[in-house]
Amino acid sequence: MQAPSPQPASDVTMRSQTFPMQMAEEKKPAGELSKLSATNLNFHYGTFQALHGISMQVYDKRVTAFIGPSGCGKSTFLRTLNRMYETIRNARVDGEILLDGEDIFKLEVSALRRRVGMVFQRPNPFPKSIFDNIAYGPRINGSVSGSGIKDHVEQSLRRAALWDEVKDKLHDSAYGLSGGQQQRLCIARALAVNPEVLLLDEPCSSLDPIATAKIEDLIFQLKDSCTIVIVTHNMQQAARVADFTGFFLMGKLIEFDNTTVIFKNPAKKETEDYITGRFG
Amino acid sequence: MLSLRRKAVNAVMLSLTGVCTFVAVGTLLFILGYLFVHGGSSLTVDFFTKLPTPVGEPGGGMANAIVGSAKLLLIATCIGVPIGFLGGVYLAEFGGSAFSFVVRYTTDLLNGVPSIVIGIFAYTLIVLPQGHFSTLSGGLALGVMMIPIAIRSSEDFLRAVPVSLREGAMALGASKAKTIFTVVIPAAKAGLITGIMLNVARVAGETAPLIFTAFGNRFWSRGWEQPTASLPVMIWTYAISPYKDWKQQAWSAGFVLLMLVLTINVTARMILSKRGHAAR
Amino acid sequence: MHRLRSGDDIAYVITLTCALTILALTALLVFELYKNSAVPRHQFGWSFLVTSTWDPVTGEFGALPFIYGTVVTSGLALFLGIPLGVGAAIFLAELAPAKISNALTFLIELLAAVPSVIFGLLGIFVLVPALIALEPVIRGVLGWTPLFSGPFYGVSMLSAGVVLSVMIIPFIISISREVIRAVPTEQREGALALGATKWETTWDVVIPFARTGIMGSIFLALARSLGETMAVTMVIGNDPAIHASLFAPGYSIAAVIANEFAEATGDLYLGSLIELGLVLFGLTIIINGLARVLVLSTTKKGAS
Repeated sequence: MQAPSPQPASDVTMRSQTFPMQMAEEKKPAGELSKLSATNLNFHYGTFQALHGISMQVYDKRVTAFIGPSGCGKSTFLRTLNRMYETIRNARVDGEILLDGEDIFKLEVSALRRRVGMVFQRPNPFPKSIFDNIAYGPRINGSVSGSGIKDHVEQSLRRAALWDEVKDKLHDSAYGLSGGQQQRLCIARALAVNPEVLLLDEPCSSLDPIATAKIEDLIFQLKDSCTIVIVTHNMQQAARVADFTGFFLMGKLIEFDNTTVIFKNPAKKETEDYITGRFG
Repeated sequence: MLSLRRKAVNAVMLSLTGVCTFVAVGTLLFILGYLFVHGGSSLTVDFFTKLPTPVGEPGGGMANAIVGSAKLLLIATCIGVPIGFLGGVYLAEFGGSAFSFVVRYTTDLLNGVPSIVIGIFAYTLIVLPQGHFSTLSGGLALGVMMIPIAIRSSEDFLRAVPVSLREGAMALGASKAKTIFTVVIPAAKAGLITGIMLNVARVAGETAPLIFTAFGNRFWSRGWEQPTASLPVMIWTYAISPYKDWKQQAWSAGFVLLMLVLTINVTARMILSKRGHAAR
Repeated sequence: MHRLRSGDDIAYVITLTCALTILALTALLVFELYKNSAVPRHQFGWSFLVTSTWDPVTGEFGALPFIYGTVVTSGLALFLGIPLGVGAAIFLAELAPAKISNALTFLIELLAAVPSVIFGLLGIFVLVPALIALEPVIRGVLGWTPLFSGPFYGVSMLSAGVVLSVMIIPFIISISREVIRAVPTEQREGALALGATKWETTWDVVIPFARTGIMGSIFLALARSLGETMAVTMVIGNDPAIHASLFAPGYSIAAVIANEFAEATGDLYLGSLIELGLVLFGLTIIINGLARVLVLSTTKKGAS
């Protein structure tokens, strides 16, 4: 039986105490601030229950990954964090989700989404120029005034490591970019509204390995300024980029811990089976 | 926080779209209601059985117009359906690419020609050489209008028949022609028949091409070589006349025509939707 | 074997002949229009299109008043119909739940099946009196422009424009609704995830994405309104003159053909009416062609 050997990517050193997260238990590792917390979250599509009693924390300025086989609910859970599920008609949520201690269901949904941004599985640039794509968020929020928009767009593109590649064609259509570039554009677009949290829903699944590597580098760089939650079907990716990892199975959060613990020393058998490739 | 202005714009604009829909739907309901009240309520048996009375004399009916419309539609169907249907068979079953493209393009072209221009065409072809108006020329005009519609709808419904059905027949040794006529066409039966119904309903209401082909007749029109009254042209003639009695009859005729057209339309669409097709 | 083959051959030949008939008919149509308008074409040449006199008595015929009337009424129809049509399409595609959307769309599409003469009937007896009653209001708000000046007798280019707008709305709604629904969900989600409101998402992202198809529906609606005959001739006033005001009566190409063709005497008069038919034919071909190019290109875009 071989434990996977990728090095932990974060500089969070191994805690002396390993603490398997039971579903009902919430113990914060020392020194971590809670950015988002879910308590006993259930999710229904009509009569089908997709999430069962999820409780967990997302820590500030850390990268948290959700892994699990297809259909386990990891994307569904991600989409509750910015209330994106509300576009679906018979989706129902009960339970609590707090952002910096505030109940997200009591916040204005547009305001929530400004603070918790999202990048999707396939790049979805708007039918506008590169510049206008990035500028869209700040423009509608009115947060940046006319002349400041240019600088703001440049800054967002730099944060997404795309500036050098597009600085000479800012007013060309976004559809002229490659898939990997379009995805970084979407990241830049999400960053342009200065979110506190960035949700990434399998952002590399439609990209080639080189583009994927660029985005993983980007995640390291962004972590200092932004809390990141990433859903990935690629375990190695989670092991490479994430500080904390949650393993989902059939709508339940089976285990949540430091990435190194999950991959080297998982507490639950199901986690171990998944990590070692027995299923999924 | 979402600004009041953005919230207000959102609410107002979305409501306006509802208003637009209400206007569109309301118009149809208004037309139906108004015709029912003004035309349907004063409908008598005489309308269907009596000839028009001399100008200025009240009473009478539109029996000749009803029969005239029926004769015109008969000619039109005999011209339009066979040519259109068989043309559609060609496009669906035999078509090569370049020639089929030309045929489809021309069909769409002919479809877009205003009905009054088709009337001029029938006039130059038949009325001019013969020196008189006739049922035949009116029927030709309507028939020419039916052809492009018949081609397109036949082609669509024939193409919708799965390839597997054709292959099954041919694998049993059936020739292409036999496959088409014994398997494909029966399989597309519902669509083809409703296509004919919708086609007839469409030309039944046409007035413009009849004005100078079939022209009109205060009496019975015998045979095919005499001018004939038709329901739509009577409606027009009576509506713009100064006689109150005629205007009332125009309403009755309008009601009858509308009921005919809408009944065929609704029936055809319901048959199609039951079978999972979209009406074209 | 021989019998089988000849069966196929017969089917092929018969169906091919029918397909060829379309081509032949269309060619014949253009030919007949061209041939029978020879007299005025030789007499007036291109000036036919810019002459504004239409006098059967003196034999002076010009197409300008009819081209003007056709363009103005169709323009007004689009001016009123586009916001209403696109607005309703947005509601039906984005806001209404599926069952209601389908039911309402079904009803709206029935509007397209209502014969033109019925719209004319309602035009004369309902719309025109209503507009006459509303005249003070319209004049009050818009009377300062030359577009709403002069006397108003009900039958006018305004009435024709309003009737036409109602007739073309179903086409705009039907096609626009389809292309809006075809916009990928990820586009909407992208905007919502940035904090956009539903309206901002629809207006800033969804509509631009669907814009080519919507334009196509507008061109299609325009092509229909150019050729509309009965509803127009019943409410436009049938005056072959050019007036700036929408309150004034006017005439359209289709309407004058409908009214004068049966009684036209002489090759010049009849030929001029047929030449008008040729002009109308050309106009609708061009607009329809543009419409199809636009609608076709959206289906390709959506697929990619």
